[in-house]
Amino acid sequence: MKNFSVKHIVATGIGAALFFVLGRFVAIPSGIPNTNISIQYGLLAFIAAVFGPIAGLLSGLIGHFFIDFSFGWGIWWSWVIASAVCGGIIGFLTRKLKIDEGEFDKAGIVKFNFFQLVAHLISWAVIAPILDILIYDEPANKVFVQGLVSAGVNVVTTAVVGTLLCIAYAASIPKKGSLKEED
Amino acid sequence: MNNIFNYIDRPSPIHSLTGAAKFVCLMLWSFAAMTTYDTRMLAGLVILGLILFRVGRIRIKDVSFVFSFMAFFLVVNTIMLYVFAPHHGSEIYGTCTYLLGSGRMGLTAEQLFYQFNYILKFFATIPVVLLFVSTTNPSEFAASLNKIGVKYSIAYAVALALRYIPDIQKQYHEISQASQARGIEMSRKAPLTERLKAASGILIPLILTSMSRIDTISNAMELRSFGKKRRRTWYMERPFAPADLVAMLLCALLILISVWLTYVNQGRYYNPFK
Amino acid sequence: MDRDILLQFSDFGFQYNAQSGPTLFDIDLTLKRGERILIAGPSGCGKSTLVHCINGLIPFSYKGKMTGSLKIKGRESRDLSLFEISHTVGTVLQDSDAQFVGMTVAEDIAFALENDCVGEPLLHEGVMEAAKLVNVNDYLTHAPGELSGGQKQRVSVAGVLVDDVDILVFDEPLANLDPATGKQAIELIDDMQKKTGAAVIIVEHRLEDVLHRSVDRVVLMSEGRIVADVPADELLSGTLLSDCGVREPLYITALKYAGVDITADKHPASLDTIKLTDDDKKKVLKWYENAARKQDGGSMPELLKADKLDFTYENGKVHALRDISVSFTQGEMAAIVGTNGAGKSTFAKVICGFENQTGGHIYYKGGDFDGLSIKERAESIGYVMQNPNQMISKVFIYDEVALGLVTRGLPQDEIDKRVEKALRICGLWRMRKWPVSALSFGQKKRVTIASILVLDPEMIILDEPTAGQDYRHYTEIMEFLLDLNRQGITVVMVTHDMHLMLEYADRAVVFSQGKIIADDKCYSILTDPEIIRQASLKETSLYELAVKCGIDDGTDFVRHFIEFERAHRSEAGLDE
Repeated sequence: MKNFSVKHIVATGIGAALFFVLGRFVAIPSGIPNTNISIQYGLLAFIAAVFGPIAGLLSGLIGHFFIDFSFGWGIWWSWVIASAVCGGIIGFLTRKLKIDEGEFDKAGIVKFNFFQLVAHLISWAVIAPILDILIYDEPANKVFVQGLVSAGVNVVTTAVVGTLLCIAYAASIPKKGSLKEED
Repeated sequence: MNNIFNYIDRPSPIHSLTGAAKFVCLMLWSFAAMTTYDTRMLAGLVILGLILFRVGRIRIKDVSFVFSFMAFFLVVNTIMLYVFAPHHGSEIYGTCTYLLGSGRMGLTAEQLFYQFNYILKFFATIPVVLLFVSTTNPSEFAASLNKIGVKYSIAYAVALALRYIPDIQKQYHEISQASQARGIEMSRKAPLTERLKAASGILIPLILTSMSRIDTISNAMELRSFGKKRRRTWYMERPFAPADLVAMLLCALLILISVWLTYVNQGRYYNPFK
Repeated sequence: MDRDILLQFSDFGFQYNAQSGPTLFDIDLTLKRGERILIAGPSGCGKSTLVHCINGLIPFSYKGKMTGSLKIKGRESRDLSLFEISHTVGTVLQDSDAQFVGMTVAEDIAFALENDCVGEPLLHEGVMEAAKLVNVNDYLTHAPGELSGGQKQRVSVAGVLVDDVDILVFDEPLANLDPATGKQAIELIDDMQKKTGAAVIIVEHRLEDVLHRSVDRVVLMSEGRIVADVPADELLSGTLLSDCGVREPLYITALKYAGVDITADKHPASLDTIKLTDDDKKKVLKWYENAARKQDGGSMPELLKADKLDFTYENGKVHALRDISVSFTQGEMAAIVGTNGAGKSTFAKVICGFENQTGGHIYYKGGDFDGLSIKERAESIGYVMQNPNQMISKVFIYDEVALGLVTRGLPQDEIDKRVEKALRICGLWRMRKWPVSALSFGQKKRVTIASILVLDPEMIILDEPTAGQDYRHYTEIMEFLLDLNRQGITVVMVTHDMHLMLEYADRAVVFSQGKIIADDKCYSILTDPEIIRQASLKETSLYELAVKCGIDDGTDFVRHFIEFERAHRSEAGLDE
């Protein structure tokens, strides 16, 4: 596991702030409650992949907490926890990717997307529904359908937004190499 | 004043409680409301919450912004609960009393009562969350987390998030305007992946500038000795007063009542149908 | 050992791990208690690296190989911890938003004390004392968003002073400030030095502004080496400054144009100290009187007109623009100036359609502009943000420039044609396949301008086009804009850089508190004390020089200087 330095603390804070801003002001409702097209999960996957599981987990936890605070609809624990777990799992699974060293090739893209798929399925199609049943005693068919739909939407979101962010960031890291001018 | 959560600076007994005590109370209250499904307890929490609202001198007008989200959330959730499992209530309470129609979509008294409880549960925490955000100075929030045992590095991550949310929000707004000028729009008509690609067009500059911001901020913090010692003090921290202890004890009592009710009811529910 | 020596570099060098060669060579530098030194040099000369070595970020944050010795208060820096160094050296970073980590003024000042576990009542007392020192004690509960750039910087200074340091390092303290605030910042630094007795290191390339208050020595750096470590008077009397790409004070340039011989014994470091002989004054007078008088060219047709624009937000609580009427003509190069919050950026945003005015009208080429969307307006008027990183979203230059055309659904051959044209204009054609990340700041700026030019606007509005750039990059960007302007594009620059105004803008529109308070030639504006005061500008030193030489019409002297300078510059341009 990566060492949790001051930089990781700052990344966690800024990650949570970005998660909040995207989730609070850029969400597009998909028609099912609690299930927005939430581009913040693409960002969360990126933060987790670059800064590791602790930063991913905490950014998701703090950011989601803040979103609930700001909407004023109470604290929806099942989904807060699922966000945190999602960031944590992605951070853990992607720990061998070296996006921060500028490496994100085709194999990296495939791995990143496989990992995010796993993480979203665990978080939204397993953890969130089970917590919903435990806490709110909601009917199982409702919460699992809801969970699967949001897992699907989040996987697609992360596949597009998260992947593009990782590509852009990896490309922004200067690498030694020859650049030729062309006429 | 940094105000993203609608903090209202209007002295009241609730305002004068320390942030740490309020946070503990919020957590205890939220757990109490989470564990129970007893109608009497939930109704009690709703009423108690509304009374505290008055004590905290928060007016309905101050928090009117939440009503639209809440209404949307409730309406859709209520319909979904019914559509997916119209007999969930009967399963819980063990009886089936038809009020309207019959068969799968028939409306039962048990279902109605379950959904009523569901809504009550929802309203049992809303007032305290609103009360917490309206009466707690965000500056005090991070200090409170550290005070109740959260590691200070994590508490400071929370503080940084609160600090930089307004900056990031402003930056997002500026970048999205400049992107619109170049024709990048998140039109609702576009298909999902196109919409997401457009969103990324705005997000990429925001994230890349945030990444360099992370570097500069961590340098600035290290240059001012952040992380030097195992603990740190907080300018905004206040010592607990007797009122804080009383408030926390009362909220702890809520959890005890909730557990006790579960024992008495032999389950989380209060069952009037028996 | 001399106890007064705080810093001693001897035969010091440094190489970053990621770099193939050293960034610093043969550094020998001594700083004594209470000294004030200015470190100047162009971007990439190693001055930031030197600062990182002094404040300990090297070797603790940036890894690399150190050679030779750096002693801080007699101890080798590599034997110290970052925290030990930070009790001796306090750093005020250029980016005051990043340095401001607290949620309010008081919390930010308290930051270092909190990390040191200082308890009550010392914590509150320490904060109050530091806040009073820099005069921010009335704003203790304010959030950074409620403060001006100058106030934020004062908070940063207090946040460092609270630690009772021996050395204060200011990294480009003037970069984000308007001229009047910059002047106050230099005065503040000087006062703090006198009050605390600490040694001060200022890193800055805006030499003239720093020399507003005296410094003991100027350390000039170039390509990783110290090329001069001398009193300012001595440095200004040579040609070393311009050789290294650092801009000399304007009055010095004027004196040189007039053929005055500048030597150290004339004390040229500041206009307050400079001793000009009668002979020198005569030379200046003669240069001025021999000037050819150029007539203003004929007027061009009007391009954009704002008529009685009003803009309020937060339900009318904030009145950002009041009764703004102004027009821009085809092919002009104009500046919009004023303090932060004066309404100049808001004006640009309303013109581009990012915000909608609450009153008044905008006309473009006589036609109605109000009904057009952001996207439609962008085809007539392009807007370039201050930081190019905020606009770039593609990995490769070509894709970035093509983006606006792709989203408009143009056919591929048309896109190729227009992108090629824009890239050629911006001098980026040969690099079209490069990733944007391989470019310098100035080149990135060009990419953002190219990505606006593909839409074929007739006018571009640039927000602070040269902020944070050294003289070479400044010149590079401005000459490029001038070139665009010559090709017929109307250029409007939102800025608080007075050199930029004087040298490149024909005309300046001055905003103050949401209103236009002046709209005139730049030389008239920069010599009008009342406007200067209201708009937080600074009188140009050329005007003072004119007064010193007994020239009555200072405004005309400034005008002459500008015309001479422009002619000089275009000649130099032709020589290349």
